[in-house]
Amino acid sequence: MSLAPGAGGAGAGAGGADAGAGMERQAREIRLHGLVKSFNGPHGPIEAVAGVELEIAVGETVALLGPNGAGKSTTIDMLLGLLEPDAGGVSVFGRSPSDAVAAGAVGAMLQTGSLIRDLTVRELISMMAALYPEPLAVDEVLELTGTSEFAAQRTQKLSGGQTQRVRAAVALVSNPELLVLDEPTVALDVEGRNAFWRVMREFAARGKTILFATHYLEEADAYADRAVLIAHGRIVADGPTNEIKAMVGSRTIRATLPGADLDALAALPGVGGVERRGEAVVLTCSDSDDAIRALLAAYPHARDIEINAAGLEQAFLALTGDDADGSPGAPAGAAPGAASTAGRSA
Amino acid sequence: MSGALTYTRYELLRTFRNRRFFLLSLGFPLVLYFVIAGPNRNVHNISGSGVSLPLYFMVGLASFGTMSAMLSSGARIAAERAVGWNRQLRISPLSPRAYFRAKVITAYAVALLSIAVLYLAGASLGVSLPAGDWLQMTGLMLVGLIPFAALGITLGHMLTPDSIGPAMGGGVSLFALLGGTWFPLGNHGFLHDLAQYIPSYWLVQASHVALGGKAWTGMAWVVIAAWTAVFSALAVRAYRRDTGRV
Repeated sequence: MSLAPGAGGAGAGAGGADAGAGMERQAREIRLHGLVKSFNGPHGPIEAVAGVELEIAVGETVALLGPNGAGKSTTIDMLLGLLEPDAGGVSVFGRSPSDAVAAGAVGAMLQTGSLIRDLTVRELISMMAALYPEPLAVDEVLELTGTSEFAAQRTQKLSGGQTQRVRAAVALVSNPELLVLDEPTVALDVEGRNAFWRVMREFAARGKTILFATHYLEEADAYADRAVLIAHGRIVADGPTNEIKAMVGSRTIRATLPGADLDALAALPGVGGVERRGEAVVLTCSDSDDAIRALLAAYPHARDIEINAAGLEQAFLALTGDDADGSPGAPAGAAPGAASTAGRSA
Repeated sequence: MSGALTYTRYELLRTFRNRRFFLLSLGFPLVLYFVIAGPNRNVHNISGSGVSLPLYFMVGLASFGTMSAMLSSGARIAAERAVGWNRQLRISPLSPRAYFRAKVITAYAVALLSIAVLYLAGASLGVSLPAGDWLQMTGLMLVGLIPFAALGITLGHMLTPDSIGPAMGGGVSLFALLGGTWFPLGNHGFLHDLAQYIPSYWLVQASHVALGGKAWTGMAWVVIAAWTAVFSALAVRAYRRDTGRV
């Protein structure tokens, strides 16, 4: 199994950040180092974030990708200064999170949340705009987020999708250098999602830095330059999205093939692993196109063939070395965060 | 900073737009006032205090209404927290100081309106005072409300919208009872002695401006200052601890 992120690729993704040097470079970066945060659970403390190391260069759009409970929101809360880390630190463009927030350099769309009532959409956006030193024009934001058609509505009368769009407008109007989006499209339908990301792409094109948390691989793939995979509070992989996608997007081929020789199947091109399930075999593939051709050539009588994309959850299990029972096994090649952070902080 | 001003302006607008809240918080004390003082409008010396019954209960119910107004800022805060809005504000440049200021100003705006409504009701039942007394009485009440402004913020950052209702109702009832809102506490006895240490007692005592001299003793200022200090410290603590997802 070759799931280790390409170290060279990850470094290349951050190439732009290496242009500056020393202090100036630090001031143009977002750095999370050694972040640890535990909460009290019913059975003792739970380590939600267990040593996150991350650097984001100005202008990057980074996806924080992980299953529910991986530590994404806790990491984001610490980045925004809403939570104090137990250990480690955060620097946002060379400042503490609270200083960056006070300067209006940070805007966010938090995961949970709705809007305060008894204001119209326009009034709410105007109120937020007034709090920031260099807001975008209210009309521009209403237009951009598709909220202008209900700008005169009171916020308590909006539908779920409309509310989500207004929340995006609240985040955008602050015109921040760093925009943080915590699972921003959860309440949106496909059309709403596409519209949302069109807006964010436009915003990113202004040289802004965007960090968004998601558990959709497709979203990370389509809209981020770089994906950071987080599981069990640790970064398990970090690199350009196409590499991450190749890594976690491995496919499986399932076929009914009575009495097949597993070793011979494992030796087929593009096949990483083989498993027998009754009369069927399941091939985990590094390249499913090669594998299916080879399989059919060698075993023309194979039937009931299914090719499936391995889900993100499975990919995470593989990456974190957990078996199906959830008990941790040996890490599968990908040292936490090694690919990017080691290469970059040098 | 103009941002903080704009924020305060919209907070006021939001509060005044919530009609049900408004009608209830202004109407309830008003109805109670007419029920209690209407039939007894000719009692000119309640319990030998020298204050007329319509005046005593005008201030008594104003204290009730304004205490409720101060604590209801907590209910609004709790509702904002429940939808995650407080976290949204915390990641904006709005300073905690400006945030507190806006909340207190909004609470005072509702309280002033409540006072004005009861003054009009009182006047309709024959309460008549020199202009200076009206002003002094109002000033004392506004000072006496400071600890309740801090208490409202404390409760708002500690409780959920579900639990703040009973806490407010119980809190206001208790302070009103111990402060003499519902009946004069007399000049001696346990309730009277205890009341000296209760901020709501001094709110109600503001009606004694009508007797000439000072309505508040030195003790009053010390008691209000002490409760303000305690509740403000609690408010700051509650605000700092309350950064998580609700």
